[in-house]
Amino acid sequence: MIFLRSIWGSALLALIILILCGLALPEWAVFLVTISLSKGLVALGLVALMRGGLVSFGQGLYFCVGAYAAGFMANWFGITDVFLLTFIGVLLSGAMGAIFGPLLATYRGIFFAMLSLSLSMILYGVLSKMSVIGGTDGLNIAAPTFLGYEPEGWELGISLYLFTCVATVLAGAIMRIFFDSQRGLISLAIRDNELRVEYLGASVRKVISINYIFAAVLGGVGGVISGLAIGHVDPEYSYWTTSGEFVFVAILSGHLSIAAVFISSIVLEVVRSFSNLYFPNTWQLSLGVFLLIVIFVLPKGLGSLKILNRNADAADKQDTKETP
Amino acid sequence: MTEVLLAAENIHKSFGAVTAAKDVNVSMPKGAVWSLIGSNGAGKTTFVNMVTGYIKPDQGRIMFGGQDITSFSPREVTKAGIRRSFQIPQLCGEMNVLENMLISLSINGDTPPSFWAHAKKKQNVEQAMAVLEQFRIADHRNRLIGELSAGVRKLLDIAMAMTGNPKVMMLDEPTSGVAAEEKYPIMDLVIETLKAAKVTIIFVEHDMDIVTRYSERVLAFYNGQIIADDAPDQLLADPEVKRYVTGTSS
Repeated sequence: MIFLRSIWGSALLALIILILCGLALPEWAVFLVTISLSKGLVALGLVALMRGGLVSFGQGLYFCVGAYAAGFMANWFGITDVFLLTFIGVLLSGAMGAIFGPLLATYRGIFFAMLSLSLSMILYGVLSKMSVIGGTDGLNIAAPTFLGYEPEGWELGISLYLFTCVATVLAGAIMRIFFDSQRGLISLAIRDNELRVEYLGASVRKVISINYIFAAVLGGVGGVISGLAIGHVDPEYSYWTTSGEFVFVAILSGHLSIAAVFISSIVLEVVRSFSNLYFPNTWQLSLGVFLLIVIFVLPKGLGSLKILNRNADAADKQDTKETP
Repeated sequence: MTEVLLAAENIHKSFGAVTAAKDVNVSMPKGAVWSLIGSNGAGKTTFVNMVTGYIKPDQGRIMFGGQDITSFSPREVTKAGIRRSFQIPQLCGEMNVLENMLISLSINGDTPPSFWAHAKKKQNVEQAMAVLEQFRIADHRNRLIGELSAGVRKLLDIAMAMTGNPKVMMLDEPTSGVAAEEKYPIMDLVIETLKAAKVTIIFVEHDMDIVTRYSERVLAFYNGQIIADDAPDQLLADPEVKRYVTGTSS
């Protein structure tokens, strides 16, 4: 029981549940959850930034970099191994995050949001105009292989799903450890009172830059998986509406729970898929109404639900007694 | 001869047409307890802000332990060993007292803040509780900042600034907003704790009883200038100080 309550125990339990769900779900649902989890990874990076008080409207940049990295490697260099592609996606997005992070870390609020958005829109513009890589049509990506294993059909879908589950659980556990660490606590303090943190001797810029790099890496991993799952990448990955989806998921989940991020991402995809099916012209309206309901009922997001937040009980039991 | 720890040499600061500091010269020995007095807008907080890197002087330099810290950022000043508390305590309002203390200890621990060690591991909590107990606010550990009295907030602000073995502590109005009956117990505790840690103390204060009781030397500010610099009893008897600072008749 003690192991199951630890981070790695919870991660193992989550992985088992996800695998069992994958085996039980129909093929279309496996695909939907794969896409949801990959987008959830990007939103998890956004949550890391939000814990430091910043919202990026440009996480599509790293989502796009990851997906195009997979496309280029597969089409130009014949690299199709999913582990290698993910590693390359992590390196590229991490390197870009390391360049832009320290630059953006000096900005706050709407300036940070708009600058991050502008970076993603620059990439969108560049990719759209480059006919050598498909322009607005984008690129097809070859089916991935798994350490030499070359699945097809249903096997390919479930293999990629299982890979996504492992990546999701691993990223979730690592980010939980980071959020609970001393660095994680300092991030929360920055959101609360930046001046205090500087006067305690910490570099706010450095903390934000590190959070940004984490977010970039997660964005890259999400992009690689999405690109491979869909088998296609185009500049829309970097478009502002794509970044908006990640913000939507992050607001829906809040910053209190890792599981809530992925659940929110699945909820978004399910609501969108079914709304699109039944109200094809007004599905955005139903998404908006859904978000409004969540904001009113759960202002701190789905993560504030006790079932998703191990600290909820502790917070409720806070000692408020007066002392002499 | 007493070792000079902190020195301000001819510092000058203007905000547009307003001169907030003019030819301010201060030479403070190690281990001293000094206070800064003056009416609102006299330049006391500007002086504290310049020393702690929040604003930069237009002219002059600030030396600390033989090092020129004039261009240092607040973080660099803090790392150098000068800490401060604020007139309005700067705390993390969404967190409780213990978490605020843990942040301070995470930043000022023996090792850099960890990416993986749990911030609330037993050893860290025990260390934080020891500091809170030293400042007699351990009973409030689980209370959010909004639930605390002004006095407890001031003590927490100072306790957080105390981590990391500072050499100088600048207290900006440590008793402002504090209930009258809490003022002396708070100052007794703060001065006693800081002196025990061999910290040099400068505090900004409007209450002359507090100034007389706790400081060894007083600097009186008026219009951005130091108009008097003496032991409390002599300084408060100075006609210029009476006229421009305390407002008492001579």
